Amino acid sequence: MAQTYRSQLVDPLVDNNPITLQVLGICSALAVTSSMQVAFVMALAVTMVTGFSSLFISMLRNQIPSSIRIIVQMVIIASLVILVDQLLKAYAYEISKTLSVFVGLIITNCIVMGRAEAFAMKNPPVASFIDGVGNGLGYGLLLLVVGFFRELFGAGSLFGVTILETVNNGGWYVPNGMLLLPPSAFFVIGLLIWGIRTWKPAQVEEREYKIQTVEAH
Amino acid sequence: MSDANEKKGLIRRFIDAPPDSVGKTIFVAVSLCLVASMVVSAAAVALRPVQEENKLRDKRINVLQVAGVYDDNVPVAEAFAAFEPHVLDLSTGEYTDQFEIETFDALAASDDPAIVRALDEDPAGLGGTMQAYRMIYLLRDDAGEVDKVVLPIEGYGLWSTLYGFIALEENGNDIFGLQFYQHGETPGLGAEVDNPRWKALWNGKKLFTEDGQLAITVAKAAPPAGQEYHVDALAGATLTSVGVDSLVKFWMGEAGYGAFLERLKAGEID
Repeated sequence: MAQTYRSQLVDPLVDNNPITLQVLGICSALAVTSSMQVAFVMALAVTMVTGFSSLFISMLRNQIPSSIRIIVQMVIIASLVILVDQLLKAYAYEISKTLSVFVGLIITNCIVMGRAEAFAMKNPPVASFIDGVGNGLGYGLLLLVVGFFRELFGAGSLFGVTILETVNNGGWYVPNGMLLLPPSAFFVIGLLIWGIRTWKPAQVEEREYKIQTVEAH
Repeated sequence: MSDANEKKGLIRRFIDAPPDSVGKTIFVAVSLCLVASMVVSAAAVALRPVQEENKLRDKRINVLQVAGVYDDNVPVAEAFAAFEPHVLDLSTGEYTDQFEIETFDALAASDDPAIVRALDEDPAGLGGTMQAYRMIYLLRDDAGEVDKVVLPIEGYGLWSTLYGFIALEENGNDIFGLQFYQHGETPGLGAEVDNPRWKALWNGKKLFTEDGQLAITVAKAAPPAGQEYHVDALAGATLTSVGVDSLVKFWMGEAGYGAFLERLKAGEID
């Protein structure tokens, strides 16, 4: 096998991160990163779903008729997502209220479908499971990094614990309210992509166009 | 058992069939749906009791919060014990003992025909019926006098029915607080009904003018009655604001808690 289990798990963290390199799953990354606690739970949920959906799809890969393979993948993914949603409602009610529709929307998260279609359909179960978990963790890591900046500078706290005492509560820190709004996640993710690609130039995509120089006559 | 063998043989035949044959496609689709639906429904049924408990707890926290007595460090059940629940007959404004307090929430949740009546006019968008009996909560001060009443209210906003509570002072006119515990309004716009700063606007507002007219209004501009009857509408959420305005007017009006509020003002509630 070309990849070891370890590299399957570690690669998606930075080198092949689903958000910064593949630019997938942006929608939910904007929505659930305003606090680290929510980002953390979302990361767990997505990791569970990508891991187990890849596992089950890989186990069935030789049985799945190609004409209905996408639907089969969707059914498996959707069932897992509903399961996660039910568990959250039972054991993390407050957070499930904050996550609201975004747990359900894991079904349409391109990362889950992408790994199922691109990897799990062609690889054995254990490798697929690790690949799924790795990609879930890559997604989760980015959520946490974005959540760190947004919560720290937007609300002055981390995981709900006050770090910078805000002016509203009698402290000195004037929070940047924009960081609590979804568009700010665009800026943070954009800056992260810039940073990562400066650090690892291999990730820079080739231009799809070339500027032609016209020779002067 | 020849039956079982034959059945087994059938499934085996499907499993060995080439993946792209028609029979195989149908077999995979049907069996996957069966397994998936069993897993999902098993989870839903098994976890329901815990989820119901969470919902009840969440509702109680909202009652505590709207009455301004919520404290993170006090267990919810303990803090909630300070409230005195009553089932109210809205048409008379009097308590009724037709229903058990313990089971009333379940009746209300299932819209039991015994507690529902049809509406001729439905300004709050309740779907043509309203609950004619509601569970209300009294909070007493140290001397045992009624201090606040917490009344459940609901109505349609832009996308969803908003469910919430309004807390009134013992004079039946001053609003202490209002908040919604369940709704599906647009995040960032209509969902700003959850914004603490907007909720704080309700504190100290009055429902009725001195001559007994219901005057409380959620709007951009203050009503003629004056500032103390005015809660600023939410920016960018006109229809949610209109919904909140109508539902508050509906529930505080004659069809809603009107009769009860009259009795509260007259000091007949104890």
